[in-house]
Amino acid sequence: MKLANQSLKYLSLSVLLVIALWSTVFYLFMLEVIHDNIDEELENQKRVIIQKLSEDDAILAVSEFGISNYQVHEIPKEKAMLMRNTYQDTMLYMQDEDDPEPELEPVRMLVTAFEHQGRFYELTIINSMIEESDLIKNLFYSVVILFFLLVISIVSINKIVLQRLLNPLYSFLEQLTKFRLGEMSNKPTIDTKIQEFRDLQQAVATLIRHNEETYEQQKQFIGNASHELQTPLAIMINKLEMIAEKGNLQKEQAVATGEVLDMAERLARLNKSLLLLTKIENKQFFDNKTVSIDQVVHQHASELADAATFKDVKINITEGSRLEVNMDPALAHMMVANLLRNALFHNMPKGTIAVQIAENMIEIRNTSTYPPLDTKRMFSRFYKSETSSSGTGLGLAIVKAICNLYGFAISYAYEVQQHSFRIHFHVE
Amino acid sequence: MKILIVEDEKELRETLAASLIKEEYLVETASDFHAALEKISVYDYDCILLDIMLPGGNGLQLLEVLKSEHKSDNVIIISAKDSLDDKLKGLELGADDYLTKPFHIAELNARIKAVLRRKQQQGRNALEMGQVVLDLNERQLFIKEIPVPVNRKEFDILYYFLLNKNRLVSKNALAEHVWGDNTDQADNFDFIYSQIKNLRKKFLVAEAGIDFEAVYGIGYKLIEK
Repeated sequence: MKLANQSLKYLSLSVLLVIALWSTVFYLFMLEVIHDNIDEELENQKRVIIQKLSEDDAILAVSEFGISNYQVHEIPKEKAMLMRNTYQDTMLYMQDEDDPEPELEPVRMLVTAFEHQGRFYELTIINSMIEESDLIKNLFYSVVILFFLLVISIVSINKIVLQRLLNPLYSFLEQLTKFRLGEMSNKPTIDTKIQEFRDLQQAVATLIRHNEETYEQQKQFIGNASHELQTPLAIMINKLEMIAEKGNLQKEQAVATGEVLDMAERLARLNKSLLLLTKIENKQFFDNKTVSIDQVVHQHASELADAATFKDVKINITEGSRLEVNMDPALAHMMVANLLRNALFHNMPKGTIAVQIAENMIEIRNTSTYPPLDTKRMFSRFYKSETSSSGTGLGLAIVKAICNLYGFAISYAYEVQQHSFRIHFHVE
Repeated sequence: MKILIVEDEKELRETLAASLIKEEYLVETASDFHAALEKISVYDYDCILLDIMLPGGNGLQLLEVLKSEHKSDNVIIISAKDSLDDKLKGLELGADDYLTKPFHIAELNARIKAVLRRKQQQGRNALEMGQVVLDLNERQLFIKEIPVPVNRKEFDILYYFLLNKNRLVSKNALAEHVWGDNTDQADNFDFIYSQIKNLRKKFLVAEAGIDFEAVYGIGYKLIEK
């Protein structure tokens, strides 16, 4: 959820709460005022009725609410002496002008007592409270309208203000997503006067600097470490070769020597590949020339021809057009050789390798009984499919690193028993 | 043939020396810059193995001295640094070859022989052993002077063994030589075994007088019968 929407969510919820609270209090207050008003009205009427009584005794005969809004009953003195003015809300059947039948309606009722010519009477006066329920309705509607008005204005203000405020943040975010460690891209900057955003930029810049330092150190470390391993490895391998050559070993010792030698060789290969990767990533290949990919493919295909015949694999090269790429020739050879060798060694008897060269693309497709590669991990260092033997697991990582160096796009696809790698050279 | 090894790492220096003595070269060694400088200014060598990182100076400086005396064309640089700069500079200064550590003894032998052959420039550019003659210009195998057809890789393999007569060529060295450098698949030996089997058959049929001797799964030796 976006920040703007999130803030809107909380704002509208809290506005709803505040308005609900406010309208309750307001309603209670209004009710109080109305009651006061009605009670005053009732009191007035009482006074008017009692005043009228001195002129007209007929009032005493009104024992039912009829057309008038009061009734009078005679009561004993003792009861009258105990009575005070009491106001109460109650329901009564009443017939308004527009009602066909009497309806139960809320009324405010004043019950009081008075003395007239030595006799005591109970006077009940009522006043309809229809206005009150109308008022509640009106109040409710206006509160709802107020709420929506408030939300709409908050939404629009939010949109405009937050958009304006957050624009620098969004552009900063975009720069940050494009930023890659170890690439010469610009550091993300934020163009704003807002202190928090400036602090954010500061913090990110510091973080990036630390990371870059660590990244550099790590790169150098890998390079240095592999480099320092070269001489000891050379000694190990050469000494083992000399021991094995002497020929005065017991069979068991000779076999063990061979195994150790194998491991040392594997270590050496691994080390060489790591060094190579580091060099590619450090951009230490800058001998760029126009390289004919066609020629490179043909050269490596003929290098592999005998092995392909041995493995009963056919290599077909289709040239849609001539393909020339500006890159380091050594890396071009390495890229093509790695892919072709993979295509051959993971192939199957009676299989094929189809190399297709197009204007801007090369595709190497091979038959194989191996399952599809894990597309998420296949280009990462030391990835080996379950079926792979003792390769270094760096071959594809090297191809990928070369592609990254020059901005080529490499993709992999699998169909039934067909693995294909495709490199697009000039990516727009 | 006189060879100088300039290498500061004692173990490596001694191992290389032991291997080269087997090839019946006269071997001298130098362990630092000054010892090396003294030797090259006094003696002539047929081949110099030169490490670049040396105590007391840089191997490339030695190369400059050699170049000024027109003696740099028989230098093979052996360096732990597979640096393009060093390589280019070394070759610019006239070094013949650049070998990155670690390397196989068989590979070093092959490179040294290449240097020595270039110096000698004998009439026919060929390698011989027993009844076998391998013509390098024509890429053709002769057994008892009769041409025997070989495929490209069989030729490469035989060539490598002929540069390492009676020496152990490990299967890894062979794989690297056959598949090229930077191989990630050096463990794919089936093909190489089959090529050696084919060659063996051809030797046997034509009575070549040489044979491959397997060394406990480590590799092969090409020996005279």
